[in-house]
Formats: sequence, C-alpha cells, structure tokens
Amino acid sequence: MAACVEIGGGGHSMDKSITLPPDEIFRNLENAKRFAIDIGGSLTKLAYFSTVQHKVAKVRSFDHTGKASEFCMDETEDEPLYEVSVQEEITARLHFIKFENAYIETCLDFVKDHLVNTETKVIKATGGGAHKFKDLLEKKLKLKVDKEDEMTCLIKGCNFVLRNIPHEAFVYVKHAEPEFRFQTTHPDIFPYLLVSIGSGVSIVKVESEDKFERIGGSSIGGGTFWGLGALLTKTKRFDELLQLASRGQHTNVDMLVKDIYGGAYESLGLTGDLIASSFGKSATADKEFSKEDMAKSLLHMISNDIGQLACLYAKLHNLSRVYFGGFFIRGHPVTMHTITYSINFFTKGEVQALFLRHEGYLGSIGAFLKGAEEDNPNQYSWGENYAGSSGLMSISPDMFPMQRTRSGTFDMLEMDRLERELVNLPLLLDSSSYIPDTVDLTEDALAREYWLSCFEEALDGVVKRAVASQPDLQDARERAEKFRHKYRHKLQTLRHQPCAYGSLTVRSLLDTREHCLNEFNFPDPYSQIKQRENDLALRYFQKVVSSMEMLSWEDRQFALVKGLLAGNMFDWGAKAVSDVLETDPTFGFDEAKRQLQERPWLVDSYSRWIERLKGPPHKCALFFIDNSGIDIILGVFPLVRELLCRGTEVVLASNSGPALNDVTYNELQILTEKIAAMDSVIHSGITKDRLILVQSGSSSPCLDLSRLDKGLATVVNERHTDLVVIEGMGRAIHTNYYAVLRCESLKLAVIKNSWLAERLGGKIYSVVFKYEQPRE
Amino acid sequence: MDKAKSIVEQNGADAWYAFNSPRISNGTTNAYSAAGKHFHYLHQDLHNHGSPANKCRLRRRMDSGKKNRPPFPWFGMDIGGTLVKLVYFEPKDVTAEEEQEEVENLKSIRKYLTSNTAYGKTGIRDVHLELKNLTMCGRKGNLHFIRFPTQAMHRFIQMGREKNFSSLHTTLCATGGGAYKFEEDFRAMADLELHKLDELDCLIQGLLYVDSVGFNGRPECYFFEDPSDPQNCVKRTCCLDNPFPMLLVNIGSGVSILAVYSKDNYKRVTGTSLGGGTFLGLCCLLTGCETFEEALEMAAKGDSTNVDKLVKDIYGGDYGRFGLQGSAVASSFGHMMSKEKLDTISKEDLARATLVSITNNIGSIARMCAVNEKIERVVFVGNFLRINMVSTKLLAYAMDFWSKGQLKALFQEHEGYFGAVGALLELLKMTDDF
Repeated sequence: MAACVEIGGGGHSMDKSITLPPDEIFRNLENAKRFAIDIGGSLTKLAYFSTVQHKVAKVRSFDHTGKASEFCMDETEDEPLYEVSVQEEITARLHFIKFENAYIETCLDFVKDHLVNTETKVIKATGGGAHKFKDLLEKKLKLKVDKEDEMTCLIKGCNFVLRNIPHEAFVYVKHAEPEFRFQTTHPDIFPYLLVSIGSGVSIVKVESEDKFERIGGSSIGGGTFWGLGALLTKTKRFDELLQLASRGQHTNVDMLVKDIYGGAYESLGLTGDLIASSFGKSATADKEFSKEDMAKSLLHMISNDIGQLACLYAKLHNLSRVYFGGFFIRGHPVTMHTITYSINFFTKGEVQALFLRHEGYLGSIGAFLKGAEEDNPNQYSWGENYAGSSGLMSISPDMFPMQRTRSGTFDMLEMDRLERELVNLPLLLDSSSYIPDTVDLTEDALAREYWLSCFEEALDGVVKRAVASQPDLQDARERAEKFRHKYRHKLQTLRHQPCAYGSLTVRSLLDTREHCLNEFNFPDPYSQIKQRENDLALRYFQKVVSSMEMLSWEDRQFALVKGLLAGNMFDWGAKAVSDVLETDPTFGFDEAKRQLQERPWLVDSYSRWIERLKGPPHKCALFFIDNSGIDIILGVFPLVRELLCRGTEVVLASNSGPALNDVTYNELQILTEKIAAMDSVIHSGITKDRLILVQSGSSSPCLDLSRLDKGLATVVNERHTDLVVIEGMGRAIHTNYYAVLRCESLKLAVIKNSWLAERLGGKIYSVVFKYEQPRE
Repeated sequence: MDKAKSIVEQNGADAWYAFNSPRISNGTTNAYSAAGKHFHYLHQDLHNHGSPANKCRLRRRMDSGKKNRPPFPWFGMDIGGTLVKLVYFEPKDVTAEEEQEEVENLKSIRKYLTSNTAYGKTGIRDVHLELKNLTMCGRKGNLHFIRFPTQAMHRFIQMGREKNFSSLHTTLCATGGGAYKFEEDFRAMADLELHKLDELDCLIQGLLYVDSVGFNGRPECYFFEDPSDPQNCVKRTCCLDNPFPMLLVNIGSGVSILAVYSKDNYKRVTGTSLGGGTFLGLCCLLTGCETFEEALEMAAKGDSTNVDKLVKDIYGGDYGRFGLQGSAVASSFGHMMSKEKLDTISKEDLARATLVSITNNIGSIARMCAVNEKIERVVFVGNFLRINMVSTKLLAYAMDFWSKGQLKALFQEHEGYFGAVGALLELLKMTDDF
C-alpha cells in the first residue's frame, strides 16, 4: 500500500491527514476515463468512469460429443457434466470520491500519477469552485476544463440516484428508532420539487429528465446561517456553528407567542411556544446572549423560513414530493430536523420533507452524465456497490466536530453498470407500494442484533469456502482475509449506523457479502460444490420421476410439493444446513424429507392449492428458482414436468450472476439440456417453446421484484403469466413474503434457521406453503 | 428590558401624571346621527355585554343620565410585542358648560396629552399623524397617535393605579397580545378591567376606518410610481375606494398576512417570525445600537453589497440559465464567514444588510401568498415601515419586479396604529348596545 498522504500545518492539522491509503480511495484509475468534478464551497467531488476486471466463473458444457450430446447421456460416471472456468470479465463502474477542498492539490497529483489512459482530454467541471480551481485543474491534470451548468448537473444527478438507487430518499424523524425512514423507489419519479440550500436557496421544479425550471429562491440560506452565525458567535466553522446550535435554547433570544400573549393566541390556533419574532428578545443593548442560544435561534429562523417558502411553492405548483439538499442539509441531523419540523408545521403534515442519501454527489454525478452522453448512461440500470461505497454518515450531533470531519474525510460511492435494464415485475399489484423486504432491520433492533451476529459468525465458514474454491491460486488466502476484514468492517459500521446504506435487511446483508466477495475476486466460491451436487442429483432424476409416476394423482401432487420442499433444504446459505452438509456428505434427499415438518405446516394452504389444481390448468407459470443440485433437479424439475403435462407453460427465472449455491442462468441452461436429454416432457417443452429459461437480472440470494431483467418482464407479458412460484427462504421469506400480485402466487420455503422459525412460531425445518389468489 | 423600565421610572412620573382625577365627562351630542357614513360598518356585530367593563360603564351612564355615548376619555390601545400604540380622541367641541362640569382629572389628561409630544423618554406622540376635525360618535375632535415600548407596560399600569384611573369608570378597550398578557396585571395592580379585542379584527376595522375618513383631506393610502427605479420613484397618494380583495401584510415584531375579502370576511393566510423584531434584534446584536431609529439611520447609510454574496460573486456575472442578474443577492450575509471581507465592512453595512434581507424575505412570502390567493393588491402596514423608506421602496420594487407588474404594493400613512384605532372604534360601537 502506498504511504498515507500527510498534509500538515494549519489550525486543523489533525483532520487534514488522509488516513486511508489513496490507492484505496482512487481505485481503478488505470482504466479511468470521463472525468468530472464538482467543487463546492468546502467539498470537492471527483467522478470518473472506469472498467473493473473481474474474475467470473463460467460454466460450459463439454462439447466432445458435438450437438448429439443433447440427446444422449454418454458421459462416464467420473466425468463432471460441465466445465467450470474462471475468466476475466470487464464491467463498467462509476467512481465518486468526496473530499475536503484542502486536499484538492494532493488528490489531483495522485490522479495524474496514476492515470495511464491518455484518451481523456477533458474534465467536466461544475460547482461554485469550478471557476476558482480551473487553472489548477488544467495545470495538474493536463485536461481541458469544460464547465457545466450547476443546476443542470444537480438535477441530472438527482434523477439518476432516484431512478437507480433503491432507498435513496428518506424522511428524517428525530429521536425515532430508526431516525431514517427510507422511501420505496417509485417508478415514476416526476414531478418533484428540489430545494437546494447552498449559500442561498434555489427552488427547482423538475418535470421530466430534461425539463426543469427554477421557480423561486431566497437569499436567506446556508450562507446566511454561516455568515450571520460567524458575526454573532465569532465561530468561523460551519460545523461548529451547528454544534453550538444543537446545544442552545432559542427561547432566550426569540420572542414567542406566549411572550406577547402570555399564552396561546387561541382564536388563530397559534400555540404559545410558536416563535412570533425571531431575535425579538435581543432588541436590547444591555443583555448578553449566549453563542449557543443565538446560533439555535438563527438555525430555527433560517430553517423555518426556507420550509415556509418551499411549502408556498409546493402548494402553488401542486407538488407533494419535496427533496432538500445542499451543504446546509448534507447529512446534518440538526438541519434535517429543523427543516422537517418547519415543513410539518406549514403543511400540517400534507407534505413530507425528503432527503437523499447521496445528496452530496448529485452535482458530480450530473456533470459526469453530461460528459458521458454519447455512452447513453441513462439506458442502463446501475446498482450501488456496497463494497466500494462508504454509506451515509449518520453522526450524532453531540460528536466533536473534528471527529465528524475526520470520519467523513473521504467518502466514496461506486455504482456498477448492470448489463441489462431492470424493470418492475408487471404482475405486481401496486409497484409504488411494493417493498421487497419482509423485515426492516433498522426498525427491529432484536432482529438486527440477531442477523448481524449471525452473519458475523458465519464469516469464518465463508472465508474457508472462498479459499477452498481457489485451490490453485496462491493469493487466495490473503484475499480471503481482506474480504473478511472488509465485510466485518461493514457489519460493524451497520451495527453503529444501521441506516448507512438505506434500509438494513437480510437481503442487503447478503448482497453486501456478495459484493465484498467479488471485490476480492471470489466470483463464485460455491462453483465446485454446485457442480458436484448438480452432477449427483442428475443421476437420480429419472428415478425420482418414475417413482412419482407410480403414484395416484393426489399422492403425486403431494409428493411433488414435498420433493420441492425437501430439495430446498440443500441450501449452503443456511448455517444449520451447511454444517450438516460439511460433516455428513451422505446426507441426501430422503434424509431431507424425513427432517421436514409434518402437515399441518407452519403456513399451510396446501388444500386450497390442490383444489385449484383440480380446476383448469394455468396458462403460464413463472418460477423463481433457488439452489443448485437436489433443489433444482429433484425438487423443481419434477414439478415443472407436471405443470407442462397439465398444459401450463413454464418460465424458469434464475439469477444472472452467482450468489451462494443458487443456480445461475448459465448453469440452468446446461442442466436443462441434460435433463431434456433424459426426459421427453422437458425435451418437448424446450423444443416447443413451452419451457422458457430467463435470467432475473439479479445476483442476489434474495429477490427484488421491482428490479428484474427487462427480458423477463417481456416474456411474462407475452405469455399471459397467471401463476408465480417463488421458492426458498431468501426469495419467499426474507423478501416477498407480503408481496401482493395480480395473479395467483405460491410462496414456499423451509425455515432453516431456528431463530427465525421460533420468531414465526415454529421450529427449525418448519414449512411455509403460502398459496394466494388475487384479491378482487 | 431593565433599562427601558428604568427610563420610565426616572422620567415617567411626570409623563403619566395627568391620569389621576376621578370624575366623569359629559357627552351631549347624539352619538349615532352625526357619525356619518363612515361608521356604518361599525354596527355589524354586537359584542358580549356582560363583561365587567360593560357593567361598569352601564352603571356610570345611569348615574349621569347621558345616553349612547361612552364617557371620556376615549382611548384605543394596541399592546404589541414591542410597542404599545395608543390613540386618544380629544374632543374639540367642548361647550363652556361641559368644560365646567369636566372633572379636573379628565381635563388634565386632555391638556397633558395634547400639549406635549413626548411623555417621559419613551412615550412619543406622532404629531404629524394627528387626524383633525374628526367626527366620532357625534363629537368633533382630533385623534392623537401615541406610542411607547411594551417594556414600560408595568410602569404604565402602576401609574394607572397611583392616579386612581379606575375611578374614571372608563372602558379600556385593548387589543394585541398584551391585552391578554397584561389583563391580570391591569386588574390586580390598577383595578382596571380591559375590554379585550382580537387584534386582526381591530386591524382591519381600523384600517378601513382611517382610509374612509382620509388623512386630513388627503388620501391615507399611497404607492410608488415607477417602483422599478427605486432611486427616482415617486410616492403618490391613492384612494382605497374598493379595497377588496386585498392581501394585508402587517409587519410588527413578527408578520401576519391576511387575505381580506370584505370588511368582515378575512382569513390569516400565514405569518413569519422574520419581522421588525428580527431586524431590530439582529441590529442590536450586530451593531450595538439601541433603538429602531438608530438602526434605521445606520441602515440608510450602509451598503449591503459587501456583506451579502451576490450572484456575480459566485458566477462571475449573471446566471443566465435562470435569468438571475449578477447584482442580485445570492446569499444574505454570505460573505461574513470570510475574514478578509469582515475587515472591509462597517456597522452601517451590517444594518443595511439586515434591513434588506428581512424586507426582501417579507416581500417574497407576501408575493407568494398573493399569487396563491389570487389577489393583486398587497397592503403593507405595521410599525416596521415607520420612517423606513428603504423598506417601502424595496417592497414596492419586489412586488412589481417579481410579478412582472401584476402585483401592486400599497402603503398607509398611519402604518402601525390601525389596531389601536380599531380598539377605539369598538369602544364607540358599544354605545349602540343600549
């Protein structure tokens, strides 16, 4: 690692030293292109586009028998059925780094030294400081500075994060648990009002991607708080002013309604504590006022004033979504609270003040997007990379300002470009109210504590698995340790700041782990396990199918469901199961069936399902599948086969990328091919286009039905899908348990975690079988 | 507060000495017939007659055998957060007989109030606002306008007690928050019952009344011609013949904004805590000044462009994308965190910046309210506008500029006294109850 950059001197030398090695901050500079910079009054935000070389696990059919292999099983007993290879893949990533203006020179030097790519000729610049630092930028980076309009960049950035980052917007509730209430991503983000509180205030109405208008503003803004605050308190630093304000009593300085009326002004409904005149008590020359009290009074005055104007404009333009940003807001709980209070007061709760997690990056994101227009960045979907992003810094207002500045010195946001566009599942009843996650761990302290500990305890096993997955690579152990360090750090951060990455959920914990594994080039730690288990399960496929065929219709339906549930036991993500599988390699399908809960199940609508099956066949079933091996081959495929035989078309949706031992789209293609070779029903389903394989667009063990591959959505529409089957804990319990669809749905899973089972009122290996019909 | 009080204590003994003698006045003329058309709206709603003040008045009237007119002295009081506004009707049609009957105490009140222009150090009569030859309740006389700081209120009440004001059996009609806050003090300290009145009701009735009688032959209302050119714009009087609907912006310590649709149909649209009290409070903290006059004097001399951050300070010129001129204020006090800038500015500059930012903010909120309520006439009143040409011109400019000429700012000569006038009108209206 490179040495830390140290910039000494000045009154605040302590918080001017960069403690993170710069090459961990400015990552992937070798391939960086399309630079953009947003220089504000105190913070600089640098953005660049880069490509990341990833190791990806690819599976490929052995092709030694040519095309004919589809139709005959000619592999010997010892030969694996497909090949796993690790390849390099290049993916696109956006990097955003935020740092104090004091470091700008050092940072530019570092960037210059590491910038290998010479194609880049210009840097897009925005923000008030773009003007001031223009010469420095050109001199240091040898790039032409191309200035972009600040407000245009801000709006572009805002649209981008609102569209691409789930849980971007939140409501702030002081003293609540949690303080942040994240909003679900609404597919239609327009129109909205953006109130940008920088030195002054700009109020912008945004109607579409390209149409926005500054409908108003005010000169009483963050600069007024800072400037007037500096005059009144002799405190020059903005953060310290906020500190003062958070300790003050405004009632010593402000004239309240009760100071004039002796109580409330009842006929108007004005309470006694309402401020009648800001600073109304300080109109005297012979009384001293404390710095804290004056700062507090000033903060209230400015926040209330801005809130009032925002409400007047929102009312005039009939807008209900109002986002607040600018350095006055930027993650400061004190100002978020006073603005929220003001908005609640003036609209009587009709309008909520909304804040953005990545508010500080909007200008730089927008400037970058301006420069990348030829790449059409808006046609892609992007995802926040939890491994590379710092998350929201929620610092207690009581914290010493130096600590605050220091901890936030270098803040990073990384966004991965997803290969395909993501859209809502068209079958969601109400996409605007859909929340994928069943439990919000930011609200449920008990569950949060359990899951954070659970993931921490499972870390050793994951590290071991990662090392074992790359026996030929010498640095695997070292990288695995780095992974351990990074993920543990994330877990610790989340313990202190549960809202750091939006709502904290089991899904986000799992996804963060996948992102961290990828970060250290463990693209698919379970590839060999998946391969081995697929191989093994395939051998039993025909036996399982023929045993089913001997049963009566009713018995077969039950056996199929039981088989599916038993198959779902084989989940390496569940610690109880992975312990069994590690220690007892002979644990098989029949043992799993014996472990299953007997009916009646924990959630049991099996009878209604059977009644439904006695009716006409479904037109098309969409099946979100889970694990490799026994689950997909001996659990899912026999049921798929039955559905096909009933005359129902089947769409099998699998993950686009690896996550735990979940089946990936590539693997599913090979497996289906193999099964088709043994089974005429599956074979005919494939050839007659009645069995369709699609990718979900996800690389998560969970499922977000609002971010699915566009191709999947198209197929679902074309085929008039009328049944959705969601299988497994991650997809049907941790997420989507409460998802309401416009068609029939079947959610089934085995609870392989005793804590969760207990919480749901059952024991480990309890069964959830939830069959629902759409409400009228 | 302590200081203000001490001023009254030292100098106030003579100031309020006049209120002392316990006798009654005699009215002769019929209250109603001579009042003229200006009064017609005063008889709309009847008030509760059961208050102690009313009973007291009733008793006295029986004693004197006079009817339909409250006894002298006639006062209307508006006790605000910062200032107490007092209007006093001085009858000029006192007959020799009346004069003889008039109790010493009452006479000395009249003489004292009308022959002085300052009462102690803090009480002031705005002589230039006096309304002459007014007929009120059948009596001809002059209406006097007096103000003193609310901080002197307790001293005022105490004098009322010392001079046995309660024996005059007059009704004290009071509005403003202080009517509620000091009610108990009036009762306990001076045995005086206040007749409390809503401040917004009084404000509107007072405003409409003064506009209807005019300002000694001239219109009460005025506006600025050519508001887009603050240097050369000219003040012009105008008649508020058909004032409705109007947006009434009352700038006292704080600000109340009312939409008035008719003389008795109005609503409070909103208010802001950034008002006259904020201007004075901040000026005292920033410059060490002590009075509104001092603060305004400094502001008149100052230049806010070194204190505020202008659009051109950020963008190097105009911000064309949004049609913002380079000279527009981007951030009030936006330069004051920088030491270099701090060294270049004066106290006068700070006072000016405070005045400009408070005024512009009120203008901005008023304009939005006018648009939301679809009202084009915006009437600004309240004592913040007293001797404050900087603010009146700025408001006129802001209304005109930001609405592209759609909105018109109107002002009133008697800026802050309408509440007190409204309270006096209520006193006179009470005569009809019998």
